[in-house]
Amino acid sequence: MIDGTIAVAFAAAAVRVGTPLGIAAIGETVVERSGVINLGIEGAMLAGAFGAAAGAAEGGVVVGIAAGVVAGLIVAALFAAIAVGARVDQIIAGTAMTLGATGLTGLFAQRVWGTTGAGLSLPTLQTVRLPLLGSIPFVGPMLFRQSVLTYAGYLIIPIATWLLFHTRFGLELRACGEAPTAAASAGVRVARTRTIATLLGGACAGLAGVSLVLAQVGTFTERMTGGRGFIAIAIVALGGWHPRGVAAAALLFGGATALQYMFQAVGSRVPYQLFVALPYLLALAVLAVAVGRRRGPAALGQPH
Amino acid sequence: MSIAAPMRAGARDLAHVAGAFGLGVVLLSAFLAIAGFHVAPALSALWHGAFGSWDNFTSAALVRATPLVILGLAFTLGSKAGTLNIGMEGQFAAGAIGTTWAGLHLGGVPPVLAVAVALAGGLIAGAAWVALPVILRMKLGVSEVITTLLLNFVGVAAVSYAVTGPLQEPSRIYPQSALIAPAARLPHLAAGSRLHLGFIFAIIIAGLLSLLLKQTAWGFRIRSVGAGPRAALIIGRMPVATIAATALLWSGALAGFGGAVEVTGVSYALYQNLSPGYGFTAIAVALLGRLQPTFVLVAGVLFGALEAGAAAMQRDAGIPAVAVQVVEAVVIITVLLTARRRA
Repeated sequence: MIDGTIAVAFAAAAVRVGTPLGIAAIGETVVERSGVINLGIEGAMLAGAFGAAAGAAEGGVVVGIAAGVVAGLIVAALFAAIAVGARVDQIIAGTAMTLGATGLTGLFAQRVWGTTGAGLSLPTLQTVRLPLLGSIPFVGPMLFRQSVLTYAGYLIIPIATWLLFHTRFGLELRACGEAPTAAASAGVRVARTRTIATLLGGACAGLAGVSLVLAQVGTFTERMTGGRGFIAIAIVALGGWHPRGVAAAALLFGGATALQYMFQAVGSRVPYQLFVALPYLLALAVLAVAVGRRRGPAALGQPH
Repeated sequence: MSIAAPMRAGARDLAHVAGAFGLGVVLLSAFLAIAGFHVAPALSALWHGAFGSWDNFTSAALVRATPLVILGLAFTLGSKAGTLNIGMEGQFAAGAIGTTWAGLHLGGVPPVLAVAVALAGGLIAGAAWVALPVILRMKLGVSEVITTLLLNFVGVAAVSYAVTGPLQEPSRIYPQSALIAPAARLPHLAAGSRLHLGFIFAIIIAGLLSLLLKQTAWGFRIRSVGAGPRAALIIGRMPVATIAATALLWSGALAGFGGAVEVTGVSYALYQNLSPGYGFTAIAVALLGRLQPTFVLVAGVLFGALEAGAAAMQRDAGIPAVAVQVVEAVVIITVLLTARRRA
């Protein structure tokens, strides 16, 4: 029943749906490598989505992208101030950030757009077909006929890898995640390093929210991220805290999510809720089988 | 990632909590003003919805406080043993499904027995829902933070499936279950009030948990494992992994019990969105209560009042109820910061 056209459409949807997850998760990878776990990226992503919708409605997609990234940065800066600066429990601080961002975006969205959402007047990002690459059979439509934000996502993978593993800053950052006390003794400014990492992660989460609104959904609604930020945190573990692995895990998640669109199109009799639950079940299975005792950064979640 | 550090609560904390709430409301007012809402009617609705009358307080605030207290205690139990149960939303959903399923099959059973069976259904379902994270933590060392978090979404999907599939009401029009047997419903505490026996359960659980943690050997082991797993293992020769796993299992069971109480005491049926995020708000409740059962009870009542006020604010002033999450966030952050300063 599944012919080539559907397979191509599925693969392209997997990449499109995986894009915000991948961008947010790679950002969170940098954050976690520095020893900080930020459950507030769900809130940063939501703020990014709100910023994107508000900005794009006012001044077009470029303003939308910028506003979304700034919104993500603001949430991350608040988180950094209390979790890194004041050294409180990161899990709880992150949960508070997400609560606050959910409340504020819900409040302002209702005021600006009413209960119907922002869909009516929102400019969105079109897919851009890359020359030559876009013509490759299967791979072309899957990877190279996407929005510019997906291409930005491709670029973030090598940039994050280079930053983490090929720069002095990356070495210091990972030292903060493995042994902050030792790093501090060696002259690394742990709080400063962790703050920068958290801000980078916040910018990525904001961009992920932008991608969700401008390249995928086309509107803003209350709580629209629906736990994608939390999924990104699971993806970081699935991907073994490495940008390449994380990108692959995001694609896997995108695929598992896109599966439900495909089965709806085919008209399967399997309850659709199974497909809604599938990405999460898949994540659990991969965590159990592939990750197991594989460890994250030794000082993850520990204030310093 | 342990937040089980022992903290002592006292009168000064009450002042801090009041201050945190005050700050939260001030900030909410500021945001309401920036967004262009009328602040005075909003705050008036918020106050009246929670404390405007004895009936508002008991039928709205305490009814909403009940699941928050039970889930807050569930989080407390897990946290004392050094585990973070972020999956209470899912366990609550599982408990609601289990209780509804049991409650639909309890026609003709004597009331006390029917209630006991229905509540047990939720307790068991909650424990079953957290069983996988418990096993993954024990056998493979996978952090329960991520696994319980993921299962929240599966739980929500499971409720959605149940109310459109196996548990859907007989006419198959609405996405909800039929009403559970009258015998399986919790009695109201007073005629004309919606406050139900579940609130008394919440108080009893708070008392029992407090006793358990302070007065029993099991409680001592839980606190030891939470405070210092290596010391508990090496000096105390405690089976650390087993103690933490047992606490997490009971935490999940208790969260499932929260879902059971909501179905048998309030909704009498399974709905989508039965919980407006109780599983997450309860983390704030537990934290605000400094992980001490009696204070969690007080914090739960405060947050229940806030939720009741939020509903009134949406109804009477047209402000989305989600806005009170701003207050919740401010309260959490303020309490975190003040607790740190005195630590």
